[in-house]
Amino acid sequence: MGKNKNKDKGHVRAVPEPPPQSSHERNPGMPLVLDWVRDVRVNRSAVERRAATIPTRRSVKKQWQAAWYLRSIALTDLTTLAGDDTPGRVKRLCAKARRPVRQDLLDAMGVGELGLTVAAVCVYHEMIPAALDALEGSGIPVAAVAAGFPAGLSPLRERIQEVEESVAAGAHEIDIVINRGHLFTGNWQAMYDEVRAFREACGEAHLKAIIATGDLRIVRNIARASLVCMMAGADFIKTSTGKEAVNATLPVSLVMVRMIRAYMERTGHKVGFKAAGGIREAKQTLGYLAMMKDELGREYLEPDLFRFGASSLVSDIERQLEHFVTGRYSADFRHPIS
Amino acid sequence: MKSASVAEIFQSMDYGPAPESDGPAREWLARHDGKLGLFIDGKWHEPDTGRHFDSIDPATGSVLAQVAQAGEASVDAAVKAARRAQPAWEALGGHGRARYLYALARLVQRHSRLLATLESLDNGKPIRETRDIDVPLVARHFYHHAGWAQLMHSELRGMVPVGVVGQVIPWNFPLLMLAWKVAPALAAGNTIVLKPAEFTSLTALLFAELAAQAGLPPGVLNVITGDGSTGALIVAHDDVDKIAFTGSTEVGRIIRKATAGRAKHLTLELGGKSPFIVFNDADLDSAVEGVVDAIWFNQGQVCCAGSRLLMQEDVAEALIAKLRTRMEALRVGRPLDKCIDIGAIVAPVQLERIDTLVKLGVDEGATLHQPTWACPTEGSFYPPTLLTDVHPAATLAQEEIFGPVLVAMTFRTPDEAVEIANNTRYGLAASVWTENINLALDVAPRLAAGVVWVNSTNVFDAACGFGGYRESGFGREGGIEGMYAYLEPAFTKDLPPHEDPPPLPAPIDPPQTEGLRAIDRTAKLYVGGKQARPDGGYSRPVLGPDGGLVGEVGEGNRKDVRNAVEAATKALGWGSVAAHTKAQILYYVAENLEARAAELSRRLVEMTGVSRAQADRELMATISRLFSYGAWADKFEGRVHSPPGRNVTIAMHEPMGVIGISCPDDAPLLSFVSLVAPAIATGNTVVVIPSERHPLAATDLYQVFDTSDLPGGVINIVTGEREGLTKVLAAHDRVDAYWYVGPKSGSKLVEELSVGNMKRTWVNNGRRRNWFDLEQGEGREFLRQAVQVKNIWVPYGE
Repeated sequence: MGKNKNKDKGHVRAVPEPPPQSSHERNPGMPLVLDWVRDVRVNRSAVERRAATIPTRRSVKKQWQAAWYLRSIALTDLTTLAGDDTPGRVKRLCAKARRPVRQDLLDAMGVGELGLTVAAVCVYHEMIPAALDALEGSGIPVAAVAAGFPAGLSPLRERIQEVEESVAAGAHEIDIVINRGHLFTGNWQAMYDEVRAFREACGEAHLKAIIATGDLRIVRNIARASLVCMMAGADFIKTSTGKEAVNATLPVSLVMVRMIRAYMERTGHKVGFKAAGGIREAKQTLGYLAMMKDELGREYLEPDLFRFGASSLVSDIERQLEHFVTGRYSADFRHPIS
Repeated sequence: MKSASVAEIFQSMDYGPAPESDGPAREWLARHDGKLGLFIDGKWHEPDTGRHFDSIDPATGSVLAQVAQAGEASVDAAVKAARRAQPAWEALGGHGRARYLYALARLVQRHSRLLATLESLDNGKPIRETRDIDVPLVARHFYHHAGWAQLMHSELRGMVPVGVVGQVIPWNFPLLMLAWKVAPALAAGNTIVLKPAEFTSLTALLFAELAAQAGLPPGVLNVITGDGSTGALIVAHDDVDKIAFTGSTEVGRIIRKATAGRAKHLTLELGGKSPFIVFNDADLDSAVEGVVDAIWFNQGQVCCAGSRLLMQEDVAEALIAKLRTRMEALRVGRPLDKCIDIGAIVAPVQLERIDTLVKLGVDEGATLHQPTWACPTEGSFYPPTLLTDVHPAATLAQEEIFGPVLVAMTFRTPDEAVEIANNTRYGLAASVWTENINLALDVAPRLAAGVVWVNSTNVFDAACGFGGYRESGFGREGGIEGMYAYLEPAFTKDLPPHEDPPPLPAPIDPPQTEGLRAIDRTAKLYVGGKQARPDGGYSRPVLGPDGGLVGEVGEGNRKDVRNAVEAATKALGWGSVAAHTKAQILYYVAENLEARAAELSRRLVEMTGVSRAQADRELMATISRLFSYGAWADKFEGRVHSPPGRNVTIAMHEPMGVIGISCPDDAPLLSFVSLVAPAIATGNTVVVIPSERHPLAATDLYQVFDTSDLPGGVINIVTGEREGLTKVLAAHDRVDAYWYVGPKSGSKLVEELSVGNMKRTWVNNGRRRNWFDLEQGEGREFLRQAVQVKNIWVPYGE
């Protein structure tokens, strides 16, 4: 376990503090072990069967459901990654990040003092200053996508430089995407070297490596890419850019989570997981939370080890929370937009 | 727990209670004043005994309802109602019945949550399982069988329903086992008397009531309740044409004995100790979830539960570590809680049995692994349990526990895995985990099991037959093979009774012949491809119709039977000889037989007294029969099913193994070949007791076999006193199936003696086939008896 923070305290920042903090030692990475990568075995049908029963074996109701929904918000990287983003748009997003749920609802649930925020705000490089500005004092970290996002095919030197510049601009977390071509050509070493280079470029900032599961398709590839990224020192592995045809799903998440467990068992290092894209409904998050809790344990329900990457999820959760408080089904326009 | 605040839960991230409401289920019970009768002839009846017993909620130990104890008069009333309803139900025709089965499927879906909740209450199984697995499979089963009813006229041509069916079902999947029994029986045109298990009678009664409301004609489905004595009354009832039973091998054996010689059809789906084999190239994390589905599904109270974990040595340690971690995250609790994995054990008596067996295992040296958390103390709960350091010789490696208890063993090679897997009296199911399809498809056919799941376990579909090898029973449920279990060829009921041949006249002295006497030709026995002198050193005379000596044959005894079975067992490799080769050999036998046609025909005349023309006719029919099975050898093939999901299910026809055959006296050559040829065409080896009166028809074939490339041991022949030899052969535990054609008393004998290893029997019940008739004398009916269907599930996708 980590050395300072007690996991039971959660990760809600009543008092803003310098981000990002973590209860565990950062994954330093390890040399590439190709035998391990090649030995990975994943049975797609069996994974799908298991994934299908995760949400059906676990159900939370009443105040448990409300608390789990609040947890989902606290684990969300509120995201805008559109070509038409502007500082104004990002500021609205950040305002929502600070106060993701109406105060009257929080008060009604007895969590008004919790200081609930989302886990981070995730933007393009150009929007980092606006986000930093808008989040000042909130303790909410700013994450930036970098390294040729979302294709990851611009010149490596430029991709590394992009990471460096985003870090220099003040981003606390960097979400990079792997070069999928390295996987298809079997060039694991190149994939490892690139992620390793991004990790070095990150310095103190945390690195999330996007596997782009929708492009990799084959579950064994997803498992292998996950391993290589962890070996190269990723703090998080992340499913998707949000731009692939298929984004986060429970089966591919399960594959990645099992690899996180395998890596932890072998090296002792904890790596986080981020499910990104396609998670729009509150109910979907319960399956993910149950998966993290049952597969990896309670500590993986903290923002230093688990995130949702989503843009519209928070408002759906809000509606469910209002229903919990009032007993009436809610409408979207009753909750402030981002 | 209830008082936990949102803020507290936000920190703890505990699961809370998530109860499914039992309101509607309890309302249904209340509508019956908590006291249920018997559902006979479309109406509720009080039991003749006037007695009721408690149905208990195993999660709390409280009484759910009172269930009726049916006695003899009630059973009789139910059978009479079924008998009355049967002709009209059959006459309704396939499409008419399809409409009802379709309505039953819809009914199950319409009342799905009520059925799921009541099942969970009564049985103790998690609501997730009844809601997501049991009830949807029930609906699927009725849909599928609506289809068989519809297609009967074309796909099951020439078959008729057996009549009134008695069905006795177990408590582990009360409603699903009802569906597996009721759907094919009704589709085929039978009417039913069904008895659910005494622990779990409620959903069957609810189903019967709903079915009647949906318009199912009175008497078509009668549900009567009671303990084992009620089941015994159904089994003993003279007017029940077939018994279908799912339950323990112990009770199956009692039923086999009780029905012996009574011309009742019988299918048994019995116990298991199914292997769950993990090779070193398996996806271990997925294999762990497979174990969860194998042994921690339905509290391990599953006849096909993967209860023996066989691990390749080099991954054993890793797999056990993963399993122990996984066990910690399982949740045991109230069955109606939607957030649990394991519910309640069905009754305290079962809990006690599990506890006793586990303690015995530990006493025998096994290491016990259970999660650190504690089970609820109220109600019947048992934690998920893993026992390591178990060896094939341990009691727990052989005995069915029927609880959430897994025993783990290791192996070194695929051959050893197969050997350990098959080292059991049972043969219901097996799971094989490997990412190597070559290995999976090599191992699956070698496992003695009716179902083999590759990289999966406990998946079911109505199109894929389910049923066991060995002491796990016989007959299949699901698919077309399941329909055959409720049908018989239309000609069966009209077959004339067996006639004993006229008594032999007194032996007369052989006439003196002129010149050189013929060279003596005393036929020996035929064992392992060689003529063998009978162990006892005696021969018996074979007399013609006038009492004249036609020849002598060996007088076989117990030891000759034993030797023949050993030879047949050694020759089982015949099963994997290419179908083309088998066909060639059968044709070759026909060819060589024809070369000796004149001699064989003369022999028939001498021995049986038929005219030369009739003898020639028998010979030609015999040659044609051999051709038929030469033709069939490469054509009686299995099926490929496409169950839901990404799955191919290969329904393979596998030989039964060693088949014992007792042949009749009529048409001695033709009947011998009619029985032996389908058996060997499908890959079985046989031990045959030929006609006692006319054994030379068989012994004359030794040289034909010898010159036809037939491998030694595929056909073994023991001549002698038929019933005496039949007794030894039918009781032999290495004989996998028995075919008997002869007097009625012999059918009873064979069925009674089969209980030792629960071999599948096929007897003529004292009826006489016309061997010359193509419909009665050859074809699919024979081939079906010669094979057992193994369903191999192969999920795919990368």
